[in-house]
Amino acid sequence: MSALVIDGLTVVFGAFRALDGLSLAVDPGEVRAVIGPNGAGKTTLLDAITGITRPRSGRIRLDDGRDLTRASEAEIARAGVRRKFQKPSVFPALTVRENLALGCGPDCPARERPARLARALAETGLEARAAVPAGALAHGEKQWLEIGMVLASEPRVLLLDEPVAGLSDDETARTADLIGALRRPDRAILVIEHDMAFVEAVADRVTVLHEGRTLFEGAMAGARADARVIEVFLGR
Amino acid sequence: MSGALDLSPGVPAARRPGPSLGGDPLLAGLVGLVLATALALVLLQPAPYLVNLVGQLAAFAILAVSLDLVWGYLGILSLGHGLFFAIGGYVCAMHLLAHAYAVTGTPPDLMQFMGWKSLPVYWTGLTSAPYALALALGLTAAVAFVFGLASFRSRVNGVYFSIISQALVYVAMLLMFRNDTGLGGNNGMTGFSRLFGWPMGAPGVVTGLAVATLLCLAAVLVGARVLVASPLGRRMLACRDDEARLRTLGYGTTRLKLGIWCLSAVIAALAGLLYVPQVGIINPRVLSPDLSIEIAVWVAIGGLGRLGGAVIGAVAVNALKFWLSAAMPEAWPFILSGLVLVVVLGLPNGLLDLAALRLKPTWLRRAGSRP
Repeated sequence: MSALVIDGLTVVFGAFRALDGLSLAVDPGEVRAVIGPNGAGKTTLLDAITGITRPRSGRIRLDDGRDLTRASEAEIARAGVRRKFQKPSVFPALTVRENLALGCGPDCPARERPARLARALAETGLEARAAVPAGALAHGEKQWLEIGMVLASEPRVLLLDEPVAGLSDDETARTADLIGALRRPDRAILVIEHDMAFVEAVADRVTVLHEGRTLFEGAMAGARADARVIEVFLGR
Repeated sequence: MSGALDLSPGVPAARRPGPSLGGDPLLAGLVGLVLATALALVLLQPAPYLVNLVGQLAAFAILAVSLDLVWGYLGILSLGHGLFFAIGGYVCAMHLLAHAYAVTGTPPDLMQFMGWKSLPVYWTGLTSAPYALALALGLTAAVAFVFGLASFRSRVNGVYFSIISQALVYVAMLLMFRNDTGLGGNNGMTGFSRLFGWPMGAPGVVTGLAVATLLCLAAVLVGARVLVASPLGRRMLACRDDEARLRTLGYGTTRLKLGIWCLSAVIAALAGLLYVPQVGIINPRVLSPDLSIEIAVWVAIGGLGRLGGAVIGAVAVNALKFWLSAAMPEAWPFILSGLVLVVVLGLPNGLLDLAALRLKPTWLRRAGSRP
């Protein structure tokens, strides 16, 4: 049984088909990377899953059969799907702790909140910065804070949009470790990334997108060996 | 915010006040000052014109706080808050006229002017002050709800919302300029002779109105402070800074925005109904777009996103206006524009920036504050 099933998804902007009948299934416990050249539809895929962009056709479902295709952004989030945006999207006027508290989500029981906050602070290594306004954090800290915010809700499906963009090698390695620690049997993780070494380090399988369609699906080693993938993406 | 023009206020996070009332010394000081002023008006009994002036300034301060709540804390710039102020003011004027008619038996001017034998049917019951109060606040909430629901559900944000709110107040002004509305037309309503049975000009009534307005201002400030310091207030700031992000964390933002928007409108109506008996007249001029823009100017000059800033801005600009528009009326628009330029170019957080100024040069300050 898959945690997230995307079936024949088509997203159209004017005359441009950003996603063209894309199908994808992510298993619980799996870390899946989606790679592809610029304009392949990677971010559009996340926009469609999170309800920001409406698909023209196709369906997005969770493992309990819940249909997210027409749900609002808030409904999708409350169904257990959380996204870390490409640009660190934290609330600059709120402290680290307040950001994480919002990250717990509206359905979080009040009794559970303190424990979740403490866990999120520990997981992201931001304990010492808990009372600092998020606007004053360094870029890397903002990335981790945002990961902490999406984790605080204990999501079943975690979407990471270029989590290491703009990070130093050291921070990238730390983020790879963090993602490894996020892996849980009941959680599906979908990562979009350009950094091939990073993808190889974190992902079980990769899906290579090209012009809104799946070009390849399988292990990273297979993607590196695939002639079509080399042609459109890895290049020579 | 994806609009070309970013209207969201950039409040420096480091200087954001803490969660308790004591955490915002500026606000606590202002509330104390407002209460002390009320006490001084009662004890010292200054000249009635001065008392009246203080009361009017307090009404403007309430109006400014209502706008700061949605603009400074929720990122919704309304350029039509004069509408809600006017609804409160008009309903209050209707009550005062209906009440005076019932007490003295002299028909109000607008009946004589229109040649009517009695007041129109929608004036029914307005002799009752509680009903008038409920109508003013209820009608305002209803208008704000319908406008807010239509806008927020279709995700009209930023400048687009501001422009539509401006259009709304303009439409209302055109409507109120019509003489057949039964609301005074272009003459508006004036000649209020009684308040709760008392003659309007009596010193006790003047002081009572000013003190009531000051007490309302203190209550609004404390209430608004409790709101913005609560978890709901945190969510307002989050919505202001990144509404799409808040939605993708599972929070529906339409209800949040609609609720605060209606609350803000009701506070503006409260300001209007306290203002009208003190100034003694209401006419469609309060619905002119430039008055609504001026409210935003008060807030911007005082310091956006700080409740105390709204009060300081409203009082400072209006005190200056009372003085200058008598001393040199033709210069006032230029002075106001100059003030706006100074704030936009030099003081992004309004006059509150002056209080935060230090005498060290910027590079020294930066070097010193680095951890």
